[in-house]
Amino acid sequence: MKTRILGAVALLAVIAAAVNALLIVPADLNQGDAQRIMYVHVPSAWLGYLSFGVTALAGIGYLWRRDLRLDAVAVSAAEIGVMFTAFAIWGGMMWGKPVWGVYWQWEDPRLTTTALLLALYVGYLLFRRLTDDPARRAARAAVVGIIAAIDIPIVHFSVEWWRGLHQRATFGSPDKLLNPAAPAQFVIALVAMVVAFTLAWAWLMIRRYQLARIEWQIEEHGRLGRISAARRAAVAPQAPAAQAPAEEAAP
Amino acid sequence: MSALRADAAVAWAIARKDALSELRGRHAAGSTLFFAALVLLLFGFALGPDSRRLAEAAPGLLWLAIVFGGLLTVARLHQLEADDDALDQLARYPVERHAIYAGKALAGLAAMLVLGAVVLPVVVILYGVEVGGAWPALLATLVLGAIGFAAVGTFYAGVTVRMRAREVMLPLLMLPVVAPLLLAAVKATAAALGGDPFGELGAWLQLLAGFDVVMLIAGGLTYGHLLEE
Repeated sequence: MKTRILGAVALLAVIAAAVNALLIVPADLNQGDAQRIMYVHVPSAWLGYLSFGVTALAGIGYLWRRDLRLDAVAVSAAEIGVMFTAFAIWGGMMWGKPVWGVYWQWEDPRLTTTALLLALYVGYLLFRRLTDDPARRAARAAVVGIIAAIDIPIVHFSVEWWRGLHQRATFGSPDKLLNPAAPAQFVIALVAMVVAFTLAWAWLMIRRYQLARIEWQIEEHGRLGRISAARRAAVAPQAPAAQAPAEEAAP
Repeated sequence: MSALRADAAVAWAIARKDALSELRGRHAAGSTLFFAALVLLLFGFALGPDSRRLAEAAPGLLWLAIVFGGLLTVARLHQLEADDDALDQLARYPVERHAIYAGKALAGLAAMLVLGAVVLPVVVILYGVEVGGAWPALLATLVLGAIGFAAVGTFYAGVTVRMRAREVMLPLLMLPVVAPLLLAAVKATAAALGGDPFGELGAWLQLLAGFDVVMLIAGGLTYGHLLEE
């Protein structure tokens, strides 16, 4: 019930923030309506990073406490993080085409970093899919998630340097609009979107976590079913054979 | 101090065992080297025959060949043991887990250095690269890159060793992680070959060294979780 209320609040918040960002806030003078993509792009990117942080922390927690519920948190966060990260990249490309003239700007370190981030966690999810034993999967996924999280800052630094060690120009990336000189209306619209998206994220996390628990129960149920079926199959044909020597031994 | 020495002895023993079994089984290691050289030949077809363009792209192609050959190299790190059902024995070896990791990484490093020693001359010959006085810088880049690749590769080879579709999962998990290494190594190689006009060689080598240290520590701390069960 509480989750349902949270979901309703998140939905209303997203609608209200979206209406404000799309219709009420004026368009940017330089970029026109393309700048409005920022209102979904920035919250998506933020939630991608938040999710992957949660995945790494839940992984550390799992290795420490060996609680499969923490593994359920890790997989939920990774899946939702991949979704938001892909959405952020897609939004960034839609924004890049009219503003930069290209979908993919190799010189933007954030774009390159985010693409590698997406690859890291798509790999993480595929890896989980191909490992059957829950405890083994949880432990290995935890270390994979931790190493991925450790890799992110290194990726960011290297890509930032790669753009050019000797020139430190600032490119017109969307986040630069959040400087103190930006009109208050833009800032409020963006903050409202971030809050609304984060509420929706919390709702998704809870629902995905519940689903992960159910999946785990089904998996466990199937495993128990297979074990008892195998046991029956092993016992049934032997039953007469086991009786025969017993009868012989009786007299 | 004696604990450290014991760990080093364990690591050395494991690395030596891996190197010996690789040398006596020879065929696999040799074919990996041949594969890397073949990749370089194919890059020539893809980008040639303009030799200036090939020389320009040489640092990137060199490291791509090392990465592709290295993927096959590190995949073998645990495979010999898995094939012979010896992984459990390795896991029950009553020593520190990070010592086992260090041994495996050392064996991986040796194999990567051999790979580099084969690939580098092939690049120089095929793409007409002028090395001149850049040898020390090139060797430093090669060694630092090999350490990082072995550190990450040992870890992911352990992650994927007993899973389905490991042939595709190893590169899939590993390539995004080694992306910074590739980037820094290519930049350092290009800087070394070009005479380092912007004085950036040192920074890239530092990044490589930092990557190596971080990944060695992370791998050493987490490797035990891969051996259990």
